[in-house]
Amino acid sequence: MCATMNKILSSIKLYLHYVSINIRSMMQYKTSFFLTTIGQFMISFNVFLGIFFMFLRFSSVEGFSYNEVLLCFAIILLEFTMAEIFARGFDLFPSVVRSGEFDRIMVRPQNEIIQVLGSKFELTRIGRMLQAVVMFAYGIAKSNITWDIPKILTVFFMLISGACVFFGLFLIYAALCFFTLDGLEFMNVFTDGAKEFGKYPMGIYGEKILLFATFVIPYTLVQYYPLLYLLGRRTSALYVFLPLCACLFLIPAMLLWKYGVSHYASSGS
Amino acid sequence: MITMEHVCKSYKIAKRNAGFREACKALVHREYETIHALSDVSFTIQDGEMIGYIGPNGAGKSSTIKILSGILTPDSGTVLVDGRVPYRNRIEHVSQIGVVFGQRSQLWWDVPVIDSFALLKDIYSISNAQYKQSLEELTVLLDLKELLRSPARQLSLGQRMRCEIAASLLHRPRILFLDEPTIGLDAVSKLAVRDFILKQNQIAKTTVILTTHDMQDIEALASRIILIGKGRILLDGTLDDIKKGNDDIDQTIAELYRSYDIS
Repeated sequence: MCATMNKILSSIKLYLHYVSINIRSMMQYKTSFFLTTIGQFMISFNVFLGIFFMFLRFSSVEGFSYNEVLLCFAIILLEFTMAEIFARGFDLFPSVVRSGEFDRIMVRPQNEIIQVLGSKFELTRIGRMLQAVVMFAYGIAKSNITWDIPKILTVFFMLISGACVFFGLFLIYAALCFFTLDGLEFMNVFTDGAKEFGKYPMGIYGEKILLFATFVIPYTLVQYYPLLYLLGRRTSALYVFLPLCACLFLIPAMLLWKYGVSHYASSGS
Repeated sequence: MITMEHVCKSYKIAKRNAGFREACKALVHREYETIHALSDVSFTIQDGEMIGYIGPNGAGKSSTIKILSGILTPDSGTVLVDGRVPYRNRIEHVSQIGVVFGQRSQLWWDVPVIDSFALLKDIYSISNAQYKQSLEELTVLLDLKELLRSPARQLSLGQRMRCEIAASLLHRPRILFLDEPTIGLDAVSKLAVRDFILKQNQIAKTTVILTTHDMQDIEALASRIILIGKGRILLDGTLDDIKKGNDDIDQTIAELYRSYDIS
């Protein structure tokens, strides 16, 4: 027990060391950092404008008001952005496999996942984070939710589990690179695509999408259903913990990753 | 001690003829060719030996290094390094070895070299005392004092290689794999690197396995030479066995390659 605790603590310490060296590297290129950060802000600000102008003409989408949609978009954007800040190394993984850098990871006495996580800490996404936080605050202030502890917990679980779902997708993307040696752009349908689709509550897309987004890739568990609970349209306490189920998605993602690593060990390319 | 017994490893490689049409055809139906990177490779290396592992490009050198360093799993055969099976318990194994890939850097490009070393200290869980001592020793032996505070991108290739070697030795591995450590270096840097490797082997008794195309490296360093070609061990002996009185080592090796029909 104590040994595993120590192991976890030293892993966290190692990860923080990676983060610090990433930030030190980044500080070498100030201009690039600021421009990328501003760019990231502008991109999601554009999407926000899209929602804003649409609601100038229509007052609600399938019974969701402007403020509620903003809250929904802010939450999925926060989830995605967190995953990208921490797990960008997996997004950049094709070049790691192609260049043979993965060999270096294999000859170091640490878990492969923590090394890939540490290889890139994408602080420039803080621009998008800022956009998401502002919308989040605005959505919360305006959406007439009566806050209590279960609801605060729900939001917390949504954010954590949502980041896990996107992390799982990045992990799957990276694992597939072991077989294709190349990035699979179609995976962006599930990551960037979910970020775009996710600006509206998933329920509005119809039943088939809802089923897919619940049982295949559990977006709705971190977006639609807990949102209904937040807005008071569902009352069962089950909805508070529903987002945590989405974390189970990490299990198949990890298994695929392990399989990918063992494939790499046998094919070596 | 390192033993490899009857180790085989083959890869499947997609093949097609030149041209756009052939590329389209290959999208639908792909022909594979099996490449036998290693076939029935066996050797034993004692502690503290210095091995020159040579052979033409594509002979199977890097496959061997990858198997011994736990990156690749062989198709068949047994591999033991100090009693460990490298590919079975990777993490335990790699904490006891050091690997230098001459063509790839392990230093962080934009931060001072000493920052990369500090990260390695955490990666290898080196104690403060041991880290301090290793760093001091390596700084003196490889003359790193002026380099440690510069970012890796500002170092010359020779300076960087000295730092790379130091980075691979901070955790005091018992075995050091050097994959073309002198590639692209100028004469002075080459001599410095060779001199250090020799000292490391003599003083710390580190087992060194060196792959290189530079025969002067072999002449200066290796007490024993293993020649591999087309995935088979062709020769295993001392430098004198290979030279047989011939003075020019490059000439000798070229003749050797030709005589085995592996050039």
